[in-house]
Amino acid sequence: MRKYISFFRIRFVNGLQYRSAAYAGIVTQFAWGFMTLLMFWAFYKSDMKSFPMTFEQLSSYIWLQQAFLSLFMAWLFENEIFAAITSGNIAYELCRPINVYNMWFIRNVASRLSKVVLRSIPILVVGAFLPSPFGISLPVNWVTAIFFIISLTIGFLVLVAFNMLIYISAFYTVSPIGIRILSVSLVELFAGAVIPIPFLPNGIKVIFELLPFASMQNAPFLIYIGNSDYKNAIFSILLQIFWLVSLIIIGKFLMKKALRKVVVQGG
Amino acid sequence: MKLYFRYCSIILRSQMQYKSSFFMTVIGQFLISFSMFVGIYFMFQRFNRVEGFSYSEVLLCFAIVLTSFSIAECFVRGFDTFSGTVSNGEFDRIMVRPRNEIFQVLCSKIEFTRIGRFLQAVIIFFYAIPASQVLWTFDKIATLIFMIVGGVCLFSGLFIIYASLCFFTTEGLEFINIFTDGGREFGKYPLSIYGEGVLKFFTFVIPFALVQYYPLTYLIGRTSIKLYILSPLFGVLFLIPCYILWRFGLRHYKSTGS
Repeated sequence: MRKYISFFRIRFVNGLQYRSAAYAGIVTQFAWGFMTLLMFWAFYKSDMKSFPMTFEQLSSYIWLQQAFLSLFMAWLFENEIFAAITSGNIAYELCRPINVYNMWFIRNVASRLSKVVLRSIPILVVGAFLPSPFGISLPVNWVTAIFFIISLTIGFLVLVAFNMLIYISAFYTVSPIGIRILSVSLVELFAGAVIPIPFLPNGIKVIFELLPFASMQNAPFLIYIGNSDYKNAIFSILLQIFWLVSLIIIGKFLMKKALRKVVVQGG
Repeated sequence: MKLYFRYCSIILRSQMQYKSSFFMTVIGQFLISFSMFVGIYFMFQRFNRVEGFSYSEVLLCFAIVLTSFSIAECFVRGFDTFSGTVSNGEFDRIMVRPRNEIFQVLCSKIEFTRIGRFLQAVIIFFYAIPASQVLWTFDKIATLIFMIVGGVCLFSGLFIIYASLCFFTTEGLEFINIFTDGGREFGKYPLSIYGEGVLKFFTFVIPFALVQYYPLTYLIGRTSIKLYILSPLFGVLFLIPCYILWRFGLRHYKSTGS
């Protein structure tokens, strides 16, 4: 366990070095968040009754999405992992007395967390001071807040577990770019990054909610804005746990299978 | 020009070496813009109109912006990845060759995979053109073509600005993405829905509304101001300040070594 913790620390501190990139990113994200809100505002003004939540709730949702973007962006990959697989450097990693799946998992968690530490707080603070209904509001009570934090953590891990499957797919196809773009655009759509899942038509919504992708950002953000009552919140957290465990099991299984017949190309 | 086509065919052939990867990327590009389309579709399942624009009118707007963006991104991609060219010293090689720098950067990269996005736009056109109930007279067709041409020039100009700033910073500046990717993302709706302030900004600072919103209102018959047919030409004029910035940056260029 200790080696994983120190590995985590190295990656995390390493990620914190890119401060100016983070500040530039924050500006971009603010503009992005604002434009998204203005877009929804136009729909809201056209037809308030069809809006599935209050506008304050939507604002909170959008700012949370921007603040925790680095936790849930599907296209944020560690390119070195892909490079290690295609170039054959994976051989070195296999020599080490560690589990490759666990190490890659930790590596993704660490670099994403370091990004979110730099970016989330400024966005949340400024978001809190924006005039209503465009600002972010506090959760209704502390129970909701606790549920939110639990759900946020699991949701983040679900996304990383899913991304692990994409890394592993590189063992099976020599050029991983295609699968990468394909799966990323699917995740973005199904996870509610394009438009929040409550905005979908009712029939499709039910299916979307059960897929693993809804267990990523959708679950914690909906808990935060109070869109789901306690019973629903507990249900969605249980669903998240189910998907997290399944994705990790699938990932570990596929990894094992891939490593058994791995062909290291070149010398 | 002949040289350019030679470059085109070389790049196309080299990209075709990895056929499965190429087609997967094309499909991926298609899917990315498809999820944008699905986003619009779902919103209009719930809401009938936005700021007076109907579903088919928004789709027409989306298809126009997507077409211009995909063409610009395909051919001007060299500028989009320019920070890499500067930081790895590749640009020094370009400087010593006896050809125009812009021409060479244009030739350095052509992304044929963007045809995935383009196809998406074409399909949406097939739906939106009849559904929008526009009477396609000569002036309307001209407006549509001008909008696409203006859009291609505008996005190209933005990519050139992005590249020019790399002369000063070496690293690419992420905030320009607000205008390039953001223009594609938020340009799917007519710019007026974002309110007065945004519309003014995109009229006077970056002439995006002049290639998108104003001619669109003429196209769908909301106004009859003939001048709006020609407003996309501002997108072409936009290339002039971009070119000046490029020249200015070029004079400031210091090699990073290799």
